[in-house]
Amino acid sequence: MQIFGVPTQALFGQLLLGLINGAFYAMLSLGLSVIFGLLNIINFAHGALYMTGAFVAYFLLQGAGLGYWWALLLAPIIVGLVGIVLERSMLKHLYKLDHLYGLLLTFGLALVIQGLFRNQYGSSGLPYGIPAQLTGGHALGFMFLPNYRAWVVVFSLTVCLGTWYVIERTRLGANLRAATENPVLVQAFGIDVPRMIMLTYGFGVGLAGLAGVLAAPMYQVNPLMGADLIIVVFAVVVIGGLGSIMGSIVTGYALGVVEGFTKVFYPEASNTVIFVIMALVLLVRPAGLFGRGQ
Amino acid sequence: MSAPSASAGAPPGVARGGIRHQVVAFVVMLAFFAVAPYFIYPVFLMKALCFALFACAFNLLIGYVGLLSFGHAAYLGAAGYASAHAAKEWGVAPEIAILFGTAVAGALGVVIGALAIRSRGIYFANITLAFAQMVFFFSLQAKFTHGEDGIQSVPRGRLFGVLDLSQTMNMYWVVVAVFIIGFLIVYRAIHSPFGQVLKAIRENEARAVSLGYRPEQYKLIAFVLSATLSGLAGGTKAIVFQLASLTDVHWTMSGEVVLMTLLGGLGTVFGPVVGAFIIIMLENVLSQLGDWLTVVQGLIFVGCVLVFRRGVVGELGRLLRKPL
Repeated sequence: MQIFGVPTQALFGQLLLGLINGAFYAMLSLGLSVIFGLLNIINFAHGALYMTGAFVAYFLLQGAGLGYWWALLLAPIIVGLVGIVLERSMLKHLYKLDHLYGLLLTFGLALVIQGLFRNQYGSSGLPYGIPAQLTGGHALGFMFLPNYRAWVVVFSLTVCLGTWYVIERTRLGANLRAATENPVLVQAFGIDVPRMIMLTYGFGVGLAGLAGVLAAPMYQVNPLMGADLIIVVFAVVVIGGLGSIMGSIVTGYALGVVEGFTKVFYPEASNTVIFVIMALVLLVRPAGLFGRGQ
Repeated sequence: MSAPSASAGAPPGVARGGIRHQVVAFVVMLAFFAVAPYFIYPVFLMKALCFALFACAFNLLIGYVGLLSFGHAAYLGAAGYASAHAAKEWGVAPEIAILFGTAVAGALGVVIGALAIRSRGIYFANITLAFAQMVFFFSLQAKFTHGEDGIQSVPRGRLFGVLDLSQTMNMYWVVVAVFIIGFLIVYRAIHSPFGQVLKAIRENEARAVSLGYRPEQYKLIAFVLSATLSGLAGGTKAIVFQLASLTDVHWTMSGEVVLMTLLGGLGTVFGPVVGAFIIIMLENVLSQLGDWLTVVQGLIFVGCVLVFRRGVVGELGRLLRKPL
């Protein structure tokens, strides 16, 4: 069976791969968006913390014998705590300065974190197995669906939509959005804005850590796994429009799928297609597809 | 970027009086270049000079227009490839090869700049980074760049058909000359009425518009000038090291030039030069240590942002109470 001269196996295979990549784009750009909304900082360390999440999963298994499901719970918390320490000790001092200093600081942090892991573990990957419950797969007739990949897509979608619900539909989220608009006024209402900022940063990087755990069984645990990914995610964020929650999620998945299809029809462009789309979006809508202006 | 301007830029009215000190500093710098090759390995100096020019070009944008480009490796690397290709495959003279590379970088600057200057701040940084990544993937896949190998054993040739550049000292003086030309172009640009308008846009874009200036045009010219001079650095570097490789287009290179400029002092005339020399020296010293270099660079970044935002030259200028 073929569609546009491409075997359906290949087509759906790339579609699934695109959805997987999209899941990581969405989770990472969601975290970046939440952080940017409140802190006005583009967190360059996001890719390094995603990698840290994968390594925490690896350490939990090697050091404490705690498997995938424990890692899924503990790694985001640990990475989130690392984020909170970074925010309290360094980022906190930059809020009054130009936003670009936040970018430069987190870029430096990313170099430090990646450098330390590379010194210790080299640049070849460390293996991390797929949990026993999710090995194998299903033959769907038009394609083979590995269970773990299906799980990644479903789980990440749940997390993204859950985050969206909390921010857009709950009282906590309302406070958060209000603090994004006018922190001084919100503080005057008796809400502890600095604590909220701290927890938001912790939550955002915790999402990155969670994505790292999800990635660990599929890609090897590698000190550089976040370094190039984060630049693509930046482009995703520009396309979606910074600060838009739903925008990040939709753009993340959509671009993953577009990238997957490009691999089928014009593989040479698969690395650059997201950047080309970014250029086109900028021409038409400089604030991004879902952005509200700068 | 308003913060560095308030701390590192010239206070109004002092700029005129400060020029004498800048001339003194310039003469000191020239004297250093004249004496240095007899004490320091010239190849190291040439590398530092290429990066110093690169950082000066970069500083034109961040220091005087307040635009942080996170993709300046694209111009350095693209010019390197163009120059190396012209010198090796077409067999043109080195000066033509370097000019060709510079022109390619300038053209790239026009295209990317026209799109990028529509945005500001963090968006601008992200967008320039993304475009640079496009250039990187193009360089990885295109035939003439030879992928991971790069363009190797590029002939240095003879400058204007007479000066044999395979002699290290000949090459050194040419690099010094190229650097001085680039440095003076940047110096002239920031001390001209054009540069004053750039600073006005940096400080208050809305007011610059109300005075009848068109910020887009000024920003684009500054962007293209910066890209072109980065290209001059990249083309020269390719001829000096007889190599154009993926290292020069990779985003880590974009980060490195930010680091040099930040360490030397954003928005200072001599800061990028000092920063480039320090970082290149550091790389030489730490090259044995492999990945620790990345850690050290990261720590310098963090340290500069947290406690040393004026940079070396900015602090020096503050001590002397003169803009350098």
